Amino acid sequence: MNMKISQEDVQHVANLARLRLSDVELATMTGQLDTILSYVDKLDEIDTTGVSPTTHVFPLSNVFREDIVRPSLKQQEALKNGPETDEESFLVPKII
Amino acid sequence: MQPYELGIEESLRALEKGTLSSVELTRSCLERIEKVDGDIGAFITVDSEGALMAAEAADRNRAAGSAGSLCGVPVAVKDLLNVKNLKNTCGSKMLENFISPYDATSVTKLKQAGAVILGKASMDEFAMGSASETCAFGAPRNPVKKGYVAGGSSGGSAAAVAALECAASLGSDTGGSIRQPASLCGVVGMKPTYGRVSRYGLTAFASSLDQVGPFARNVADCARMMQVISGWDEMDSTSVQQPVPDFSAALTEGLSGMTAGVPKEYFTAGLDPEVEKIVRNGIEALKARGANIVEVSLPHTEYCVAAYYIIAPSEASSNLARYDGVVYGFRKEGENLLEMYKNTRSEGFGAEVKRRILIGTYALSSGYYDAYYKKASQVRTLILNDFKSAFTKCDVLVSPVCPTPAWKLGEYKDDPLAAYLSDILTLSTNLAGVPGISVPGGVTSSGLPVGVQLQGTHFAEETLLRAGWNLEQELQLPAGKIDI
Repeated sequence: MNMKISQEDVQHVANLARLRLSDVELATMTGQLDTILSYVDKLDEIDTTGVSPTTHVFPLSNVFREDIVRPSLKQQEALKNGPETDEESFLVPKII
Repeated sequence: MQPYELGIEESLRALEKGTLSSVELTRSCLERIEKVDGDIGAFITVDSEGALMAAEAADRNRAAGSAGSLCGVPVAVKDLLNVKNLKNTCGSKMLENFISPYDATSVTKLKQAGAVILGKASMDEFAMGSASETCAFGAPRNPVKKGYVAGGSSGGSAAAVAALECAASLGSDTGGSIRQPASLCGVVGMKPTYGRVSRYGLTAFASSLDQVGPFARNVADCARMMQVISGWDEMDSTSVQQPVPDFSAALTEGLSGMTAGVPKEYFTAGLDPEVEKIVRNGIEALKARGANIVEVSLPHTEYCVAAYYIIAPSEASSNLARYDGVVYGFRKEGENLLEMYKNTRSEGFGAEVKRRILIGTYALSSGYYDAYYKKASQVRTLILNDFKSAFTKCDVLVSPVCPTPAWKLGEYKDDPLAAYLSDILTLSTNLAGVPGISVPGGVTSSGLPVGVQLQGTHFAEETLLRAGWNLEQELQLPAGKIDI
């Protein structure tokens, strides 16, 4: 049977999305994504030549406001939900 | 009658008369939660202390003559709308310990109106699901019938209202997540026009589709909730500067002069016969109240599932990229930054969220964008045009909300596409950005509630509430049974 998406494709996409899938997950997800994407092929029944895409129902553009300095979250509050922090910053694994 | 049995309007009358205090009412709801929520699972967080403090403040404000329009009324909030100093888990291990540093605008508005927030309601993980079963902390159960789902993704918000744990609640609707659980639990639920209610502080799932809305026990209560939460907000640049009418004042007019369109594509194969019968009866009720009934067509309805399950996951894959274990939320250590990201996201997200991130990432990835995302966005235009065309012939669309009543817990466990297909009657509303409401229409022979869906053109909430109120008055359904 012709698959819409292979395990290699799913592995590639998972890497782009920073997800790691176990072998079992990879097999299950590939099957499920294949079913869903095959269903989505239904869209090809419609001729959309010349139809402009809708990404937003109201055509709002350039919603500006005055650039005024206002109080925002204090540093200590912003750090509160951090998984690992010191006094003034979020800590991450060594990058270089 | 116990205080927790009162809806918003009834509570307010008792509070105004002074026969009940908000502290008494809040205590009654908290005791109700204590008694029944072990079986229902509507709440992820109950904030007894904060609720009682808010109730005391409400009583003081009322005594001082400065009562807001929800002064002292106990409500629940879906666990993806930030309430300052409470957890905002989004039903996910990823945010299990996240504490909101600020209030969502809709929550600020509830607080300003004097509402008492009892706690945070259970939901599908990041609002992705149709039965609230993807919640990392257990699914809420349908209060009307044991063993059945409450619907989703705002299942906890619907169940809490149906189980009389609170007078009303807030949910969010990205593809039916307010209307469908309202239908399945037998309460009123409204998805406002996109932009009517601020999304500031609503944890994003699919930003062009998400909208905050209320659950209530009746249409008048729903109108009052809508009045409080609606309006432009400078913190949400997609909220719309549109005057907010007096929703409550509009309810009681009759329906003469109103045309209700019946979209024929919503009554096709796959629709449960009992659901159809209840909805047809609802259409007769609207007619009895003076509405003119016409058949209309929304020809692209059958494509909405395919379009939605490309667009919503695409937006989600982008929105959920922020959960990387750095500034908030769950972190699983790894030997370098990349490993930390992967470990965090792989352990923090559940299967449905991963599935949608993968679909969205694929649809947006190089070489597939035109075939999937662009194509789906073009079909979205055609769906929007269907609505525009239908609303030249009618004022409201009347239909079922969901093709079936509530199903048994666990039924769609291994078949995501079957679950997605059950959303076919609610997804177009969000793709078109129009408002919709589910109003109880009756119960099936096995006692499961079925809602009637009304959809209107952009910013026609007033019309929907009026039609819904008339439907409710005409049907005069007995109070819903609770099976706890």
